[in-house]
Amino acid sequence: MTTVDYSQKIPNNVNLGDDRRLQRALEAWQPAFLNWWDELGPAGSSDYEIFLRTAIDVSAKGWAHFDMVKMPDYRWGIFLGDKEENRKIGFGAHKGEDAWQEVPGEYRAELRRLIVTQGDTEPASVEQQRQLGRTCPSLYDLRSLFQVNVEEGRHLWAMVYLLHAYFGRDGREEADEMLMRHSGDEDKPRILEAFNVPTTDWLSFFMFTYFQDRDGKFQLNSLAESGFDPLSRTCNFMLTEEAHHMFVGESGVGRVVERSIQLIKEHDTLDIRQHGGIDLSTIQKWINFHFSICLDLFGQEKSTNAANFYNMGLKGRFQEMKIDDDHLLDNDIYMIPEIEGNRVIMSETGALGSINERLRNDYRDDCQRGMDRWNKMLAGAGVDFKLSLPHSAFHRNIGIFADINADVKGNIISQQEWDASINDWIPTPEDRAFVESLMVPVTEVGKVAGWIAPPARGIQGKEPNFEYVRFH
Amino acid sequence: MINFSTSPDQYQHWKLSFEGAVATLRMDVAEDGGMVPGYELKLNSYDLGVDIELYDATQRLRFEHPEIKSVIITSAKDRVFCAGANIAMLGTSTHAHKVNFCKFTNETRNGIEDATSNSDQRYLCVVNGTAAGGGYELALAADHIMLIDDGASTVSLPEVPLLAVLPGTGGLTRVVDKRKVRRDHADYFCTLNEGIKGKRAVDWNLVDELVPRSKLMDKAKERAIEFSEASSRPDDQEGIVLTSLSREISKDRVNYNFISCSINREVLTAEITIHAPTKMPEQETTAIHAAGVNFWPLAFAREFDDLILHLRSNENEISTWVFKTKGSADFVAAADDALSNNADNWFVKEIILYIKRTFKRLDVSSRSIITLVEPGSCFTGTLMELVLAADRSYMLDGIFEGSNITAASLRSTAMNFGHLPMCNDLSRLETRFLNDETKIAAIKTKIGTDLDAKAAEELGLVTFIPDDIDWGDEVRIAIEERASYSGDALTGMEASLRFAGPETLETKIFGRLSAWQNWIFQRPNAVGEEGALKLFGTGKQAKFDRKRV
Repeated sequence: MTTVDYSQKIPNNVNLGDDRRLQRALEAWQPAFLNWWDELGPAGSSDYEIFLRTAIDVSAKGWAHFDMVKMPDYRWGIFLGDKEENRKIGFGAHKGEDAWQEVPGEYRAELRRLIVTQGDTEPASVEQQRQLGRTCPSLYDLRSLFQVNVEEGRHLWAMVYLLHAYFGRDGREEADEMLMRHSGDEDKPRILEAFNVPTTDWLSFFMFTYFQDRDGKFQLNSLAESGFDPLSRTCNFMLTEEAHHMFVGESGVGRVVERSIQLIKEHDTLDIRQHGGIDLSTIQKWINFHFSICLDLFGQEKSTNAANFYNMGLKGRFQEMKIDDDHLLDNDIYMIPEIEGNRVIMSETGALGSINERLRNDYRDDCQRGMDRWNKMLAGAGVDFKLSLPHSAFHRNIGIFADINADVKGNIISQQEWDASINDWIPTPEDRAFVESLMVPVTEVGKVAGWIAPPARGIQGKEPNFEYVRFH
Repeated sequence: MINFSTSPDQYQHWKLSFEGAVATLRMDVAEDGGMVPGYELKLNSYDLGVDIELYDATQRLRFEHPEIKSVIITSAKDRVFCAGANIAMLGTSTHAHKVNFCKFTNETRNGIEDATSNSDQRYLCVVNGTAAGGGYELALAADHIMLIDDGASTVSLPEVPLLAVLPGTGGLTRVVDKRKVRRDHADYFCTLNEGIKGKRAVDWNLVDELVPRSKLMDKAKERAIEFSEASSRPDDQEGIVLTSLSREISKDRVNYNFISCSINREVLTAEITIHAPTKMPEQETTAIHAAGVNFWPLAFAREFDDLILHLRSNENEISTWVFKTKGSADFVAAADDALSNNADNWFVKEIILYIKRTFKRLDVSSRSIITLVEPGSCFTGTLMELVLAADRSYMLDGIFEGSNITAASLRSTAMNFGHLPMCNDLSRLETRFLNDETKIAAIKTKIGTDLDAKAAEELGLVTFIPDDIDWGDEVRIAIEERASYSGDALTGMEASLRFAGPETLETKIFGRLSAWQNWIFQRPNAVGEEGALKLFGTGKQAKFDRKRV
């Protein structure tokens, strides 16, 4: 066997160089991953040189190392967040016991399932976004897309590392399956439904990084509370990267709003489609769509699985350790929505059974912050329009709202009323065709498409008009 | 009161459709359609109500659809085949309800296998999403299992690791006995709560084939058509519509056209009287078809089936069933002749199989069975099985004083010699005289002959033959004595004595598997305040008594 310098090829802080089991697993998996990247990663981009951030260690200096690299040469590394000595399990039936450094046998299946479900979303989003490179609004944005893509790829690695290092043969099989399921594949789709629709335009990409990646933030945060220490540490490190993805989303939508404000002022009308802008009601439709399908990702309001995961100490609540309660939830209550007759009411239920709902509410609050920021821009410019999150009952496929129709305010409505208004609430094929018609690639250094404002500043001290991507 | 009769227009949980020789039964359980409030039937999980519909559908497929030669069972839900019995329902049910529920679901799955083996109506199961616990056990009842190859859907029997109970609807037994999964593989499989998918599921014979999502239903139809081509069921025959039964229920009585039942709550006894045909039964197949549900053997089987189910579920303090018959032995014999002479006709065959299944239901019922053979009775052929099925039988020697009704007799017909096997695959006579073929041969020479009490006793067909003077006291004491014993001990004793002879899949399911399951269902590890079944869904963890018993 040839000696490979693992610390160079695969930057890591998991002692990969000395771990034969892990080496063996990765040697088989890595070529499959590269094949997958080649076939289903960003289309036609393998020769581009891109100004990318690579994590080469977990120190403040090392986690964001910038360089011009080709994506297939990107060094997907394996990193765990810093180890907290004597860490204890913070919640559930094992609260106060030492955190697990190995998989506890009795929870092996549950842990594997959590890791597989989280891991599956990472390559899924790369697949969903693979065509976007062809229609970038600027080199700056193209770089952002690829940065997000390679880091989602790294997050897949992070989950695969856990499967390989802790779950033996089954873990290796699951890791292989991650590359066999594909977004939108009719035979082997991705596990979660929101990850099976392609992201076809850049407004959707910004919404995706705002809403879907924020779901990722909340899932990773709850997994970072896990009593299984390697999972906790892995997620802690992933969160540092995830923050940038949400920045791409929030600043991206913000720049679209900014450009729309300019066009509204310039032409003194909200109807700016004719002037090559995306009107605010269209942006609202995109928000309605993405937010509602993301709420589904949190699962049923009352969930046995979520309760089990909590009680077992595998998955906590968002910022579990900052919550001031007993972290057992045996006798606590929580309010969840219920449908009574023709209206949504709130009813008391056990807190343990409603972990999903709590996380969904935390997520909702976090999503609202962006709305507030964009609305401040609108108000500051004197535009009389407010962007808002639709009610949780709107356009849902999972949970108690799946069986009813509700408008964006949460009023329960008939099928007829739904059919009559749905085109006002979520993107129609015409809306999508219009937005796609704006998606003309802009790849000249320093130029930006007409439907979006240029970024306020560049990346890593570079100018906004830096040549972030070099084509060859 | 639990009602076992339904019809497709009332189904809440299943969708039945037909295309040529293939029927498709899609499971689409209504979450809010539970039999009683207090649980939601999520993810195609089922309760007794769901299974009553399944039973009804399987019966109708046999009788109403002779043209249907193969049946596809699948799920109408995306990515979920069936999550098995609803755990919240099990957690909140009484022990008796759980046991009854499991028995009925077992009988329904045995019936599915009976259709495949004996009616040439072959079941294939298309597992188009996750099949857990009872979901996979349903698939196991089919002759052929196709699993979607989507990289996610598994088959599993997670009862032991998740719930601290057993896959008690035949799961453990069928995995090793029917599918011949190696015991070490089975051991691993049955402790793996997430189950097995893909290639390993085929390699271990947990399923028969893997099919990609996009080709699944086409492939299923192709298979179903392939199976149907080998079937002997007719193409050109009208089915027999199973019209609703006429049944009157009052406080202490249940009356049908041919069966009446009266309940004595003091001695915890149901007296069940079966009436012979009131006219000469149809003899030719055309006439039998024309009579349809009114043909006496079918009418008797349907009423008897319904009564057993009713008493088992709704009258569980009624501990002893006393059987009597009334009417013309000649008409009963003629009905039996009509059956045995036309046994290769599809409809007659279905009736015989149905009578067989119904007597099997009687055999596995946890009630004491006492049969009384009195003057005016007609324990002939099929109805003589009630004597053979009884834990004890009494036949009056002679007549009642002052009565002009002639003495009782027994009469065997061809039906007693192989048409109605028990779940050990032996006839009741073979089970009775396990190692003594000469005794069976002696009875066979008397086919068609009326046997009086002494002859019946001599041939070993009845337990006691008191005369008129002793009759009243002997029968009364036997019944009162029975009522004084522990029902649990009686159930165990009767179930152990009834099934002499070889083990079969069914005896193992009803004996071994159910007995273990029913023991586990009583144990604190499952149903105690901190037991796994009780706590499932709360997020809390079970606490086990770690001592092995």
